[in-house]
Amino acid sequence: MVAIADAVPKPARLAARFRFILDRRDVLGAIMVAPAVLYVLLLVGVPFLMAVYYSLSAYTIYDPSWRFVGLSNFVDIVENPVFRQTLYNTFIFTFGSQTLGLVLGKFGALVLLRPFPGRKLVRALVILPWAVPIALATVAWQWMFDSLYSVINWTLIALGVVSRSDAPNWLGTPHLAMLSVIVVNAWRFFPFAIVIFLAGITAVPQDVLDAATVDGAGFWRRNYQIIMPMILPIVAIGLVFGIVFTFTDLSVVFLMTMGGPVGATSVLGFLGFQTGINSGDVAHGAAISLFMLPVLLVVVVAMLRFIRRREI
Amino acid sequence: MAAVSTRNIVKKFGEVPAVNGISLDVPDGEFMVLLGPSGCGKTTFLRIICGLEQQTSGDLLIGGDLVNGIPPRARGVAMMFQSYGLYPHFSVRHNIAFPLRTQRVPSAEVDKKVAWASQLLGIDHLLDRRPRQLSGGERQRVALARALVREPTALLLDEPLSNLDAKLRTSARQEIKQFQQRVGVTTIYVTHDQVEAMGMGDRIAVIDRGQVRQVGTPSEIYDDPADRFVATFVGAPPMNIVARNGGYLGFRPENFLPKDMVKDAAITEFKFRVDRSEYLGSERIVYGVLEGFDPQQVITAKLPPAHVADEWIRPGEWHPFAVRDSALRHFDNDGKRSRRH
Repeated sequence: MVAIADAVPKPARLAARFRFILDRRDVLGAIMVAPAVLYVLLLVGVPFLMAVYYSLSAYTIYDPSWRFVGLSNFVDIVENPVFRQTLYNTFIFTFGSQTLGLVLGKFGALVLLRPFPGRKLVRALVILPWAVPIALATVAWQWMFDSLYSVINWTLIALGVVSRSDAPNWLGTPHLAMLSVIVVNAWRFFPFAIVIFLAGITAVPQDVLDAATVDGAGFWRRNYQIIMPMILPIVAIGLVFGIVFTFTDLSVVFLMTMGGPVGATSVLGFLGFQTGINSGDVAHGAAISLFMLPVLLVVVVAMLRFIRRREI
Repeated sequence: MAAVSTRNIVKKFGEVPAVNGISLDVPDGEFMVLLGPSGCGKTTFLRIICGLEQQTSGDLLIGGDLVNGIPPRARGVAMMFQSYGLYPHFSVRHNIAFPLRTQRVPSAEVDKKVAWASQLLGIDHLLDRRPRQLSGGERQRVALARALVREPTALLLDEPLSNLDAKLRTSARQEIKQFQQRVGVTTIYVTHDQVEAMGMGDRIAVIDRGQVRQVGTPSEIYDDPADRFVATFVGAPPMNIVARNGGYLGFRPENFLPKDMVKDAAITEFKFRVDRSEYLGSERIVYGVLEGFDPQQVITAKLPPAHVADEWIRPGEWHPFAVRDSALRHFDNDGKRSRRH
């Protein structure tokens, strides 16, 4: 054996070592994962670290100094009533649109589970709010909420619910404006919720549902004691995504109300953008944006722990 | 009084009849097995009884009451499913209690009944576990406890042993049967496994293509099959059926023996050519053809190895075989029994 091994020329042995390098799991795995890791490091990690540093500095676009100021930016924003209002708005916006989206999603999923003529078409159409570019959709909604040409008001007047003289000014009244952006965001989110609910409900074994029926459970009991607890982990994952995306989102607010009227619909993402980019106060903008991190971290960790406990 | 009785139940899915006119009476306390091949409609029939499916026509009586349009929860029957259908997010205790909770049984009563049912099935030490922490056999017992806890008029079992491995199946078979005798609950048990049917049923209803072919005790089904379907569906290997005189002649492989083993009675003789044999320890299965009959048709004989020496069975040899006349079964051209012995 030794003789044969010695007989192989050295360069050939070296070539053989590299010829099969891609067959090694550790090497191939590293190569495959590298682009994703690089992408995250360069486009998420670096900006994140920069934001952390900006938030601890006195950096503005007029005075691009990297002077370290500690936590004073954070103290500034927390003491600012506009920021506190915005933080409160963000919670209302997130909570409201997620709740409404989940309710619509559950309802839509139950409807779409039943066979009816044209179900496939409806299933395809229902995805539209999610697929349509948000800018286009929001323009349509903006006209529907318009103070003069609102089709919603026109309908309400035609139905006799409100009179023409006191028709609501949707985007001009603080509470109604918040309601409007919540409705639009829920409208964007609910197809996603439908998909989540559909996936969950169809994964519940038929035997379990049949057993519940024979055991005497009616529609409500089956839904809220069997199906809902069983799909809760899946729904919670969907909700984690929804919360993260909504909490950090500014597009609907930016396109529909610009945070108005008088900051009534301003959310953290919007305020951070206004302060850091539009006003050039990068340091405070970064501090506002970073404020989302601990909040979301707590929410996500709590929900993931909850899901793991419920894992069945 | 019959616990469950059906009058000409028909169930059509579109134009296809899954159940095609089944009339069956299951007396109180009986263990009735519905036996049939896959897709014969036996599970659909069971689902009609518990109300998960609605029959297209026909009447269904449970405990003497007509329950045609009544929802499952008001029928007083319990069902155990093939994969048990345990609620994965509930503990065993909560699983067993569920059918009582839906009936709004008071809490103290629920606890008492859960304790009773779990002791009956020997699972009282598992009450705080989740279903996924249980073995297959334990899950089955939980499902059975859940089915029994509200003392149903009838217990419906849909292939409950098919998820267990072969060894466990044998013991579970005995357990279910003993248990049913002790509790005395009317039971309708669906299976495609004739060993389960023969071993457990007080009576068996053999079902084929949505119709009952025969209802009888295991020995009636085996010894006096009503038609060729029952004759060939029950028994392993199945009954030999050969065409003769415009009808059919049937005999069980264990009754088809070398002539010198059946000398003491009126017999019918055959010449049998051995093609192949299998030694199975307790028996020897011999395959071959009969002289004067269809040469393509394989006839099987089940011989006691103690009486038949190895060297006696050689492929290609012709041997005189015979069947006692009392063991012959005659079928007419349509496959129905034509003559009783």
